[in-house]
Amino acid sequence: MHRAHKLALAAALALGCATAHAVGPQAERPKAEVIHWWTSGGESAAVKTIADAYRAAGGAWIDTAVAGNEQARAVAVNRIVGGNPPAAAQFNASMQFLDLVEQGMLNHVDDIAAKERWDTTLPAPIRDVIKVKGHYYAVPLNVHMPTWIWYSKAAFKKAGIAKEPATMDELFAALDKLKAAGLIALAHGGQSWQENIVFMAVLANVGGKDLYLSVFRDRDPRAIASEPFRQVLLAFKRLKSYVDPGSPGRNWNDATALLVNGKAGVQIMGDWVKGELNAARLTAGNQYGCITGFGARAPFLIQGDAFIFPKSANADTIKAQKLLAGVMVAPATVAAFNRIKGSLPVRADLDASALDACAQAALAVMKDRTRHVGNGEVYLTPDQNGALVDVLTAYWNTAMPVEKAQKNIAAALKG
Amino acid sequence: MRIRHPLRQVIPFAALLPMALTVIVGYLGTVLWSLRISLTNSRSFPSDTFVGMAQYTRLFENERWLLSLHNLALYGVLFIGACLVIGFLLAVFIDQNVTGEGVLRTIFLYPYAMSFVATGLVWQWMLTPGNGIEQAAHQFGFAGFSFDWIVDQDMVIYTVVIATVWQASGLVMAMMLAGLRGIDGEIWKAARLDGIPTWRVYLSIVLPMMWPTIATVLLLLSTAVVKLFDAVVAMTQGGPGTASEVPAKFIMDHLFGRANIALASAGAVVLLVPVLAMLAPYAYARSRKGRA
Repeated sequence: MHRAHKLALAAALALGCATAHAVGPQAERPKAEVIHWWTSGGESAAVKTIADAYRAAGGAWIDTAVAGNEQARAVAVNRIVGGNPPAAAQFNASMQFLDLVEQGMLNHVDDIAAKERWDTTLPAPIRDVIKVKGHYYAVPLNVHMPTWIWYSKAAFKKAGIAKEPATMDELFAALDKLKAAGLIALAHGGQSWQENIVFMAVLANVGGKDLYLSVFRDRDPRAIASEPFRQVLLAFKRLKSYVDPGSPGRNWNDATALLVNGKAGVQIMGDWVKGELNAARLTAGNQYGCITGFGARAPFLIQGDAFIFPKSANADTIKAQKLLAGVMVAPATVAAFNRIKGSLPVRADLDASALDACAQAALAVMKDRTRHVGNGEVYLTPDQNGALVDVLTAYWNTAMPVEKAQKNIAAALKG
Repeated sequence: MRIRHPLRQVIPFAALLPMALTVIVGYLGTVLWSLRISLTNSRSFPSDTFVGMAQYTRLFENERWLLSLHNLALYGVLFIGACLVIGFLLAVFIDQNVTGEGVLRTIFLYPYAMSFVATGLVWQWMLTPGNGIEQAAHQFGFAGFSFDWIVDQDMVIYTVVIATVWQASGLVMAMMLAGLRGIDGEIWKAARLDGIPTWRVYLSIVLPMMWPTIATVLLLLSTAVVKLFDAVVAMTQGGPGTASEVPAKFIMDHLFGRANIALASAGAVVLLVPVLAMLAPYAYARSRKGRA
């Protein structure tokens, strides 16, 4: 019996070896294990465009998708620190991977940066976070604009709103009308990161670019204590009066569903909302409208996804990293990826005619580089950003006086 | 060949060595490591720059952390109290030789087989205003019924108590029942002869005799309180706002998402204090008992 088992095992092993030999050429294809958090339907279709392009270029793609962006980053960091790094890992184009750079754990991609002339072509908020001490440490894929104002045309019609709001006051007037019509005026998911997005939208549109940068980039205590910033916080809190009682804990896509079925009027959220709207077969300009910001000077917020390439002693991995980075910046990949992802391409030289109305409007705004600002995470360490989000969500949900919120925000950004 | 005497004494210790090493390196070592990290300015990576008590100062100036501690204390008292009372009553109920004891026991114990995450999600659905319990009450004709604790700043922590008590009291019942069955039948006979009412026997005689069982249950429930994390994440994600934040979630957030392992370690060290405070009397009682 025992012997028979051993024999079977040996046979199985031999067979295994044989199959391994049969696919021998596979082993010579540069193998790239990639950690990312794109797990929803649209997202995984988008990342598949990169995987396919990489395979077509002669590589072998090993997909390690981890649900949840914090979890995915935790896995990537642990693997890198533990000496078993993946070939590439997804991060946001932000301060999230600065510690890895400073510890000397990432390969730079300067050759691609030079070839693609990133110094001049990339939006400054993205360029400035991926370039550390003169070297580029990540390949950016896309631009997400996190503070779009989406609205349902059906709800607007029902509430008797004839025209798209063009100022913050008009937005409040529209919200009043929606509320009076018995609709949920503002579809909001009461999770702290979503409250942070609403706050960034108000800061950008009420406070303007200078105040936005003084708070996020300079972390200037005087700006935070100032009257204009107090007005921003009051406007932010005023939006709370337009949400429904069921909002705490709600997911962003459930909030979007309220917009889709006409129960709610407005949602302030990133362009990933478009994935839900498209899935519900709504089209931009017909069933829903989109606003990037109020007025010709409104800041255009930029956040992006990027891939980093951890250092490795394995020559095969290094070859794979080079190949992968090249694939990721190829115009065809960038175009295919962003069309599915709903985001904007980082390169300006692509044909925009295939994009939807909202994306085209955003591209037009993005041409004006003076309007570019990063989202909070571009300027703040994850720690500072987290402390800020804690204060904002407490201020949004409790009766915290605005002066105390100002004081707490200054304290959160001090560290 | 006979083993020489001194070697014979060494063998048991040698056998215990792997376990001892696990405890010293795996438990004590990591505790000391956390303590060390908490005194540095580490972010994503351990650093050697010591900053004294700065992380602790920051921790106790942080409103979310203070609220977390407050929530944990409130939750702990209510959760342990409710579990003990409900668990004991269920055990007494089953101890009355009810028919279908096996089925009932399984039903009461069943929630414990579920993970906290599943429990949390189910209760989140049931408690969401407009869904679950509220909707059911409306359909039964109570149109004005409203139960919105889960979105209420002041009440949300009680919803976590409800969900976790629902889950854990079955286990308490099982242990209490074992304790009850361990009580000598002669005591019941004697009490019956004296004409003492049943509730009085339970309260004044049986309950004090079950003290070791209760101590074990207390210890189990206390550790469940300190490590409370997944139920909160699944039910409320600490919200609305920061109203249902707990220390373990604060630590996890800073350990991973916020890349501040020093602050997270400081939180973990602070969290160790109540655990030690709970264990110390227990260990002391055990050691006295051992000597006696």
